[in-house]
Amino acid sequence: MALETIQIQDKLTETFGSTVSDFNQEKDIFSFEVAADNITAVILFLKNDPLLRFHFLTDLCGIHYPDNDVDHQFAVVYHLHNWYENKRIKIKAYINGENPEIKTISNIFLSTNWMERETYDFYGINFIGHPQLKRILNMDEMISFPMRKEFPMEDSGRTDKDDRFFGRTTDNY
Amino acid sequence: MSELLLPPEHRYAKRIAAQLNEDGSELSILNLGPTHPATHGIFQNILLMDGERILEAEPTIGYIHRAFEKIAENRPFYQITPLTDRMNYCSSPINNMGWWMTLEKLLDIEVPKRAQYLRVIVMELARITDHIICNSILGVDTGAYTGFLYVFQFREKVYEIYEEICGARLTTNMGRIGGFERDWSPKAFELLNTFLEEFPAAWKEFENLFERNRIFIDRTVNVGAITAEQAMAYGFTGPNLRAAGVDYDVRVSQPYSSYEDFDFIIPVGKSGDTYDRFCVRNAEVWESLSIIRQALAKMPEGNDFHADVPDYYLPPKEDVYHNMESLIYHFKIVMGEVPVPVAEVYHPVEGGNGELGFYLVTDGSRTPYRLHFRRPCFIYYQAYPEMIKGALLSDAIVILSSLNVIAGELDA
Amino acid sequence: MYNLKSKSNMSDSNINMVAPPEGVVGEGFFATKLNDVVGMARANSLWPLPFATSCCGIEFMATMASHYDLARFGSERVSFSPRQADMLMVMGTISKKMAPILRQVYEQMSEPRWVIAVGACASSGGIFDTYSVLQGIDKVIPVDVYVPGCPPRPEQIVDGVMKLQELVRTESVRRRSSPEYQELLASYNIK
Repeated sequence: MALETIQIQDKLTETFGSTVSDFNQEKDIFSFEVAADNITAVILFLKNDPLLRFHFLTDLCGIHYPDNDVDHQFAVVYHLHNWYENKRIKIKAYINGENPEIKTISNIFLSTNWMERETYDFYGINFIGHPQLKRILNMDEMISFPMRKEFPMEDSGRTDKDDRFFGRTTDNY
Repeated sequence: MSELLLPPEHRYAKRIAAQLNEDGSELSILNLGPTHPATHGIFQNILLMDGERILEAEPTIGYIHRAFEKIAENRPFYQITPLTDRMNYCSSPINNMGWWMTLEKLLDIEVPKRAQYLRVIVMELARITDHIICNSILGVDTGAYTGFLYVFQFREKVYEIYEEICGARLTTNMGRIGGFERDWSPKAFELLNTFLEEFPAAWKEFENLFERNRIFIDRTVNVGAITAEQAMAYGFTGPNLRAAGVDYDVRVSQPYSSYEDFDFIIPVGKSGDTYDRFCVRNAEVWESLSIIRQALAKMPEGNDFHADVPDYYLPPKEDVYHNMESLIYHFKIVMGEVPVPVAEVYHPVEGGNGELGFYLVTDGSRTPYRLHFRRPCFIYYQAYPEMIKGALLSDAIVILSSLNVIAGELDA
Repeated sequence: MYNLKSKSNMSDSNINMVAPPEGVVGEGFFATKLNDVVGMARANSLWPLPFATSCCGIEFMATMASHYDLARFGSERVSFSPRQADMLMVMGTISKKMAPILRQVYEQMSEPRWVIAVGACASSGGIFDTYSVLQGIDKVIPVDVYVPGCPPRPEQIVDGVMKLQELVRTESVRRRSSPEYQELLASYNIK
């Protein structure tokens, strides 16, 4: 019997109550929001439940929303996939902008080890309990988090390109 | 030497000291990379070795981090295609088509059947070229240079086909929202038919050189084996996962661009070792050839090569210079005056290495708000230290080759 | 299938041999300048160190393969060890994380050494005007030939090698110990 989205929604709301919210079907992926401190419980439930069986984590990434209120400045997005029923879901967990941290799920899904390191590298989100949370793609000595919206794309120290010809001001914006 | 490489608090240094105290034998540290002839791309592995056997490995990547995701936030949609080219550059048409399909999903555009079939042909050609490189370089790493020279000739033939379609050899930047930028010329189909006639014999010869070769079998059987559960836990997809026995293929589970019209099998291995990965890729080349033949046979009549969406499809330049409407649409598209919905979309395609996903978050402007690439190489390379534990150094090289790690996709 | 020409079509006049340098020929001797002989020998036996990082590396593989064979220019043996290589071909994007390693490889090469920057990324950062990409390798090492393209066709890479051969052929044997060269290295802080 195929897994219906209404079953997923019902099982989640009956187990987790109000910490899961905002269910909607975006194009072909059923997505919802989870409160950040409940994320490990929700994902473990989704993985181990015999009906839901979301055993494969497709992707983990971060998003920065500087225009939101302080408690919703960063979001961590999880894409899970159930190969048996061919169902995908997307989970979004919003976290605080001043002190972004969320529990790691690298002990549930081994593949998230580097994905969380990449999210830390780009956004500075601290994954509590991660075995080796250090930068992965950028240089270790870097102090800023480049994917945040306020960080410029171009290198601020470059000398060979004249910004006037690129229509940019002196502070590279 | 080891003190220069790692600080004394590092777990390797501690382990070396412990072993020295225990029985006087000395473990050593070997730095593999980032510039190394056998690592295809630049990534570093610091290995702790007991003689020739590897005990632990610590990988470092990011030596070619080009900040694609940051660049994508500052570029309009049609300018992001050159970035997607350069991720898995051995099979760039697949990346391009995946990106266009993501946008078509976002904008709810239906691509005509013929354009979809043409896309399937070019994606399968790209898959063939990706496997050509992977398997022939695996041959080179075990010492057999000849296979590489023989089959690289056919990559040149595929480059000629790409040049007829889009003008470029390697980083193709092919297609538009809704299809292709121009119809395929008769010469492209002619070159394609010649390729389909000549390539199978060469690929059969290549297989014969390796598949029953005693030396190759000794080098690759039971080397770097990974079980299906481990592979799924580490997020493997693509030929590496199929070699471990799991038949997950995005083209079958979530068909896109009319893949459901074609009849093909998913080759699956048994033990997930290097030999199985090699054989799975070989078999996939045969399946791709069969798909291309089916697509050519079933190609719909007519010559429509793009969807009728003037709001998003850049008009041909001749029309822009002579036709008022095309000029207006061109202006609107380039300046970003076209309606873009505020939505989040995830679209996976089956790349040469596995599930290549595009997660796009838009905010109504002409550049994405956030674009994240789900890169298969990045995800399965995490398992490499596990796979080489206990192996010999030369096995580590062969395992790395068979995983087909492309540095552009690893670091993005 | 492989477009092999039959042997009867090949005649000696099809093969281009390298012309001898100018000199005085006599019975049993040939007098010329040391510079010319050394230049000719060096130019026709350049061993490349392929520093292939990304897409340009695949075009280099195509250049080394049989269709656009680079080996006919004397680059038969690619050396991955800097000690045994003459020319460093940097192909692909060099990020800031990779720059010290590129520098180390260059310093390990022994004189005379030449550098070709293949591709737009190596020449000037290419399409990646970002915080993590080095905008051209001539920020860390001196470069002799730049080959533009993204990626350059194999014919362009071969053209770059031929231009380098021209440079090598006419270079003075005293160049590496001259004050101008020492100044050039000092400007990059290379000892």
